[in-house]
Amino acid sequence: MIELTGLSRRYVLGGETIRALDAIDETIRSGEHLAVMGPSGSGKSTLLNVIGCLDRPTSGSYRLDGREVAGLADHDLARLRRREIGYVFQAFHLIPRMTALENVELGMLFDGVARNERRERAVAALERVGMGARAHHRPGELSGGERQRAAIARAVVMRPRILLADEPTGNLDQASGRAVLELLDALHEQGLTVIVVTHDPGVARRAQRVLVLRDGRIVRRMPAVELRSLDEALAGAVP
Amino acid sequence: MSLFDVLRFALRALLGEKLRASLSWIGIAMGIASVVVITSVGDGARRFVLEEFGQFGSNLLQVSPGKVETIGVPGVVGGTTHKLSLEDATSLRSIPGITGIAPNVFGQARVEHGERGRSVFVLGTSRDACDMWRIELSGGEFLPEGEARAALAVLGSKLARELFPDGDALGKFVRAAGWRLRVIGVASPRGQVLGWDFDDVAYVPVASALDMFGREELHEIDVSFSHAELADEVVASIRTRLSERHDGREDFTLVTQGAMLEMFDRVLGALTLGVAALGGVSLLVGAVGVLTILWISVGERTQEIGLARALGASAGTILTLFLAEATLLSMAGGLAGLVGGLACTTLASWLWPSLPLAPSFGYALAALATSAIVGLIAGVAPAVRAAALDPVEALRAE
Repeated sequence: MIELTGLSRRYVLGGETIRALDAIDETIRSGEHLAVMGPSGSGKSTLLNVIGCLDRPTSGSYRLDGREVAGLADHDLARLRRREIGYVFQAFHLIPRMTALENVELGMLFDGVARNERRERAVAALERVGMGARAHHRPGELSGGERQRAAIARAVVMRPRILLADEPTGNLDQASGRAVLELLDALHEQGLTVIVVTHDPGVARRAQRVLVLRDGRIVRRMPAVELRSLDEALAGAVP
Repeated sequence: MSLFDVLRFALRALLGEKLRASLSWIGIAMGIASVVVITSVGDGARRFVLEEFGQFGSNLLQVSPGKVETIGVPGVVGGTTHKLSLEDATSLRSIPGITGIAPNVFGQARVEHGERGRSVFVLGTSRDACDMWRIELSGGEFLPEGEARAALAVLGSKLARELFPDGDALGKFVRAAGWRLRVIGVASPRGQVLGWDFDDVAYVPVASALDMFGREELHEIDVSFSHAELADEVVASIRTRLSERHDGREDFTLVTQGAMLEMFDRVLGALTLGVAALGGVSLLVGAVGVLTILWISVGERTQEIGLARALGASAGTILTLFLAEATLLSMAGGLAGLVGGLACTTLASWLWPSLPLAPSFGYALAALATSAIVGLIAGVAPAVRAAALDPVEALRAE
């Protein structure tokens, strides 16, 4: 369970304070499938990064399964990222000099998992996303959809409880995108908390619930089935 | 993350940029190679000198006239400065522990036999010199016991060969500085030791040599003693004895062979170290290369660093990874330099066998360790930069 209370993230940019997140209060249940929408600069990526323990809130509280995370040291945050959180990025972020298999192994490498076990688990994870046959290819030899599937294998190989995806289909064609979304759905069905940041209503509608952000605030919470477009969602938002 | 995994990861990263990595480790390699070559020259020279000294007997000391003092001008205050006389030398014989006395005086003279003549060093000494300097005879015997004047000579092998090209020199007469000397011994060939040609000399009794060269005082007195532990005692006794004979003035200098060796060793050691340090400057240049390459690499791999952070690498892990890269890079250079340096010295000693070269294992190891440390230090700035990157911004970097 993710509990955010009065959560703010402010930047100082050129002497001007930017409120990327402004007093967010939100609870995300374990196993929930959540979509985060909003115009660019609304703070949705920042929210994802804070939940992912990659960014720290300036103020407020972030409790992850009852444990306060906001004040943890870098070392402890790193462990949370390794074991509790999986990331999927729009740009895939696979290391080009490594094979798909080696890319999937990275998180386990940082966690000190023994080499043989790393290999076994990485192969299994790639097989689950249908990439078993492409394990020894480098990212340059893979299609966009394949890359993202490898990235998803990497995100879940440590069996995290939360999967964070930032525009996971943003760089993919329709067919590849659909395959990736089906994977995310399947992972959600296995019990993962899935949080997807997207500007695509089609992607957001696959979630259970949608948060709409504007200027660092949550301006609307709605069931995903009611979503038609971002503009409409924003128009119906409480100002 | 285990050390093995860290090194493997770092190695993979370096292999991904082979050309660039090579450019920076070559700098280190040159530095290490030059240190290896230079130190083997220095160490070779040191060993050469030690071996040369080893050709003399051990437990030797030398008394020479005059004293280097920091204050005062010798001979100006307090009347005459005493020189070392033959009597000074013989007076030492009664000191316990002393096994040999060689009162030496030398000069250049033309030694002739019949039509043949040769200008050589004539060395006035005593029978004891034979043992002290390990002179071996191919025929006859060395000078007689005692310091008496006598018209006798022992010839070096080359001199004997030149003067008596087709016959035995023993029992024949040679002329030198107005003296007619009977040849009683011929030394075995020995070659040069510390620049002194032992084969092109004539040994004569010291008293005769003093007469020959019109001198009253000796150039030096060589003393041998029975045990190394006696050195201090013998030095003290000689100092007391000679001071008494010189009206209480210590106007002579005592140097033991041990002290001389130590001094040579120190000077050459310092020289080697100094030149090695000079070679270290090229290491510094190599280190700057490693720093530059890694600095650029951090800039280019910013996204990768952000990704690693997102996958759960702590700032400390990132720091470790880049330090490992720097160290490996530098050690690769160190190893290459070591091999290159050893190859150079091997080739040189094969081409010029007389060159005293002694590749030193200790220095080689030190060079390798130095390269690792240099790399580690050069890696600090890039590694700190990498570790300090904000993960979110790093992921967004282009």
